[in-house]
Amino acid sequence: MEDLKATPLRARHEELKALMAPFGGWLMPIQYAGIIAEHKWCREKAALFDICHMGEFLFQGDIEGEGLENVFTFSVKGIPVGRSRYGFLLNDKGGVIDDLIVFRLGENEVMIVVNAATIPNDFSVISSRLKYPAKLRDISAGTGKLDLQGPLSREVMVELLGAEIGPIPFFKFIRTRILGADAIVSRTGYTGELGYEIFLPSEKAVELWDLLLKDPRVAPAGLGSRDLLRLEMGYSLYGNDLDETITPLSAGLGSFVNLEKEFVGKDALLKERELGEAMVKIAFRVGSRRAPRHYYQILMEGNEVGTVTSGAFSPMLSCGIGLGYVRPEAAALGTKLVIKQDRVEMEAEVVELPFYTGGSLRG
Amino acid sequence: MAKFFTKEHEWVEIEGALATVGISEHAAHELGDITFVELPQVGKSVKQFDTLAGIESVKAASDIYAPLSGKVAQVNSKLEDAPETVNESAEGEGWICKMEGFDAAELGALMDAAAYAEYLKGM
Repeated sequence: MEDLKATPLRARHEELKALMAPFGGWLMPIQYAGIIAEHKWCREKAALFDICHMGEFLFQGDIEGEGLENVFTFSVKGIPVGRSRYGFLLNDKGGVIDDLIVFRLGENEVMIVVNAATIPNDFSVISSRLKYPAKLRDISAGTGKLDLQGPLSREVMVELLGAEIGPIPFFKFIRTRILGADAIVSRTGYTGELGYEIFLPSEKAVELWDLLLKDPRVAPAGLGSRDLLRLEMGYSLYGNDLDETITPLSAGLGSFVNLEKEFVGKDALLKERELGEAMVKIAFRVGSRRAPRHYYQILMEGNEVGTVTSGAFSPMLSCGIGLGYVRPEAAALGTKLVIKQDRVEMEAEVVELPFYTGGSLRG
Repeated sequence: MAKFFTKEHEWVEIEGALATVGISEHAAHELGDITFVELPQVGKSVKQFDTLAGIESVKAASDIYAPLSGKVAQVNSKLEDAPETVNESAEGEGWICKMEGFDAAELGALMDAAAYAEYLKGM
């Protein structure tokens, strides 16, 4: 346990009697009041998440000249200033080294937001693909990140942090001042609800946490509810649904890959597109309240056709839901499957994403 | 009659010819939000400490073991739609099933409430 890193909010989580557990090398809050209560709060009000563990890199330089343009599966210079884009860092086999969001801060300035567990490797891979690696800096330690997510998040943000936040559209952000410090407020998230990701100096994270939590519309939520919220939307979790052996095409995330431009891994993807994917991602719904779980087997007509990569009981749908990878013949919508582990067995059906369509995401 | 507990955190309470079975408040708290209870078939016969039923929470899936040998006489079908009852009242309304045809002598292999409280302290 002593090797685990802690966010600036650790003492706050302990005061709130959060259940803490390791996640991606960090000691993080899993739940406060309870996973389902926090999930419901986020779907109905505004939930506050400590996301300080995630990584941020700052690139300053000529995007094309320095080679950043060819690092990811999407064009960086094609992102207008003030917007962000989701996509991938791939290895030369087309496998996902990380899924990430790039924020175009200025003509020659971008922020790259990456998963916590992959920070060191991402940093060395991206650096190695640049002409002058010094143009990229890891600013994770000095950067705090809080997410406020839920249908009431806009009114809370506007009242407590400023009217300029109100009009920010989905996948756009503003640079502003919060508590006397430079901050970025982005209309993005991982819950399927209207919400914001706030980046600010890490020494201001506690003050912002306290300010937001004083509002009765806001309650803290841990990584347990965050996992349920993202799964109800069908969002991938790196390490479960994506890893270095999985390509974005087999993950059904081809829309975040621009095959018209150059990037590491492109040749492998072109080949895969030509030959067809060996395994493809599916979403499935269980016919009962039983929850599928990571590594459960997926069977079709008695034969093993794949593996579950994420699964849970969905409070919004009142049934089990999951993501997994199967052979292409088992991937068609409506395919009847059996999910199995030891004596646990459940019937399931391939469905479309998102599982939950009632969110306030684009509201 | 008083409740007796297993090391796997089931409880049993004998009332006449029936023994009511559930999971302890400690177990329910540890599991977190309970989302599914796999009730046993009425008529199913089990030996003491065999798998009797299953329970799932937002965190994990677990087996429930029979605290006594016997036959399942009734199940708490309320739990099919309201498994959270186990969180609210694990040792009351959230009972799992009632068994018949048991031998009360098997209680000797279980802990009474005081012994179970000691056992939890040692965990």
